[in-house]
Amino acid sequence: MTDLTTLTIAQARAGLAAKAFTAVELADAHLAAMERARGLNAYVLETPERAHAMAKAADARLAAGKTGPLEGIPIAVKDMFCTQGVRTTACSRILEPFVPTYESTVTANLWRDGAVLLGKTNNDEFAMGSSNETSCFGPVVSPWRRKGANTQLVPGGSSGGSAAAVAAFLAPGATGTDTGGSIRQPAAFTGVVGLKPTYGRCSRWGIVAFASSLDQAGPFARTVGDAAILLGSMAGHDPKDTTSADRPVPDYAAAVGRSIKGMRIGIPKEYRIAGMPAEIEALWEAGRRWLADAGAEIIEVSLPHTKYALPAYYIVNPAEASSNLARYDGVRYGLRANGNDVTGMYEHTRAAGFGKEVRRRVMIGTYVLSAGYQDAYYVRAQRVRTLIKKDFEDCFAAGVDAMLTPATPSAAFVVGEKSAGDPVEMYLNDVFTVTVNMAGLPGIAVPAGLDGQGLPLGLQLIGRPFDEETLFSLGAVIERAAGGFAPERWW
Amino acid sequence: MSVDASTVRRIAHLARIAVNDDEIEHLQGELNAILAFVEQLNEVDVTGVEPMTSVTPMNMKKRADVVTDGGDADAILANAPAREDHYFVVPKVVE
Repeated sequence: MTDLTTLTIAQARAGLAAKAFTAVELADAHLAAMERARGLNAYVLETPERAHAMAKAADARLAAGKTGPLEGIPIAVKDMFCTQGVRTTACSRILEPFVPTYESTVTANLWRDGAVLLGKTNNDEFAMGSSNETSCFGPVVSPWRRKGANTQLVPGGSSGGSAAAVAAFLAPGATGTDTGGSIRQPAAFTGVVGLKPTYGRCSRWGIVAFASSLDQAGPFARTVGDAAILLGSMAGHDPKDTTSADRPVPDYAAAVGRSIKGMRIGIPKEYRIAGMPAEIEALWEAGRRWLADAGAEIIEVSLPHTKYALPAYYIVNPAEASSNLARYDGVRYGLRANGNDVTGMYEHTRAAGFGKEVRRRVMIGTYVLSAGYQDAYYVRAQRVRTLIKKDFEDCFAAGVDAMLTPATPSAAFVVGEKSAGDPVEMYLNDVFTVTVNMAGLPGIAVPAGLDGQGLPLGLQLIGRPFDEETLFSLGAVIERAAGGFAPERWW
Repeated sequence: MSVDASTVRRIAHLARIAVNDDEIEHLQGELNAILAFVEQLNEVDVTGVEPMTSVTPMNMKKRADVVTDGGDADAILANAPAREDHYFVVPKVVE
């Protein structure tokens, strides 16, 4: 029998339907692979018992012919999603003992459709980071290494565990959250597909809140088609999230393979940043060629406020984070440290529970929202945000269907290389992805090639609001031209 | 704009995060690096530009004003670090 962990979701679905193997066998193959790969630290909690129970139930439904679109498909879930009865920590000490008594809407949708939980994956603490090094469970090690070297590389972040799990065949698909690039950047670093849907496409209910006007859940998978299958289950209206969009969920999988003939693809000239490696430039050029060969029209466009997206993001994001994280006070859940009085208890609980990056962002957010500074910082940033969004709206109004950009300014870096220095150094990793969150648009990262050292690089496609289908069609063209990429197994 | 040591202490207190004296200088440097980075927003002409308040244009749905949930004290208290019966226990607040 073939190694069941190498199957895509589409292949696994076909195999289950054909009774070539059972959902329990499929789950077991992944659980065994997870055990062998513990050195990668991709999972912070394995849930073999739950996986078995869910897989058994899936097998019963398969036998009865009553199957959902993800029946028996094992899935890894980022530790930002609350899972009922299964510890959920956001990879923060402050939530280390937290066991939710409810289920996030996105994961509930996956279980409704028959998916099987393999475990919870590692992420940067409260999803704050671009390397998965700020997790209280320690960094994730990328399954990728430079040719002929054994230096440990970061998988990107914040959804580094989900990206590494999918890339290392420890799950065929995974959930992530993306606030400034936390799905697309790790997807690019690990050679897998990652999609951030339009703001409002997936419910945020039951996801640990970080920056509420930017957060969105999305899928990781090894193929564009699998990502489309996953989004079809994850998306949908949820009355429990007032920003959730009440519109039908299209058949995303049907968009994969659809012709892109005549589509107009914008190349934003402001994304050609100083110091961009020649390999990224060459990859971008290859992407333009692939889309043009498939019949798309490539046009240069301008998004004049691009350079202000990252600084505006580093006001809006900490401001919202500081408000959201005010809830961790040692009273209702999570860690509590003792103090002389109630304020002392709050202050010591938060000092003991939050890591360095979280503390930094909460303090910056507190400052930019404090009396006398709110207009100069927060309100100004929100005005700039209006301009960033308008840049995109102008392009779309002029007939652009989607935009093509690099996903990241470089390939994966070494563990420890950027986490020790100036925090801004790390923030620059998200230069191509934050604009999309600021404007609430959908974006997909698709693996497009390897650099000279053998590390994966990705291209990003940015779409009109709620037009994920076009991203899947375009992404499939890039996938077909570039081929797939998998790391050599060394772990 | 940049922050001095006493502002760092004030921010830490507003954020309810205990900070040791020997951490102040380092924190001050980090916060100032971020504030220097966002300074470039002052170059942007935002005259007459509305601040963004809604990411996607939509009318916020209002649910019916009816009780849909509740009576679940055990679940709400399940993760409390200190509790007594159906109460959260906190250090003494009123003298």
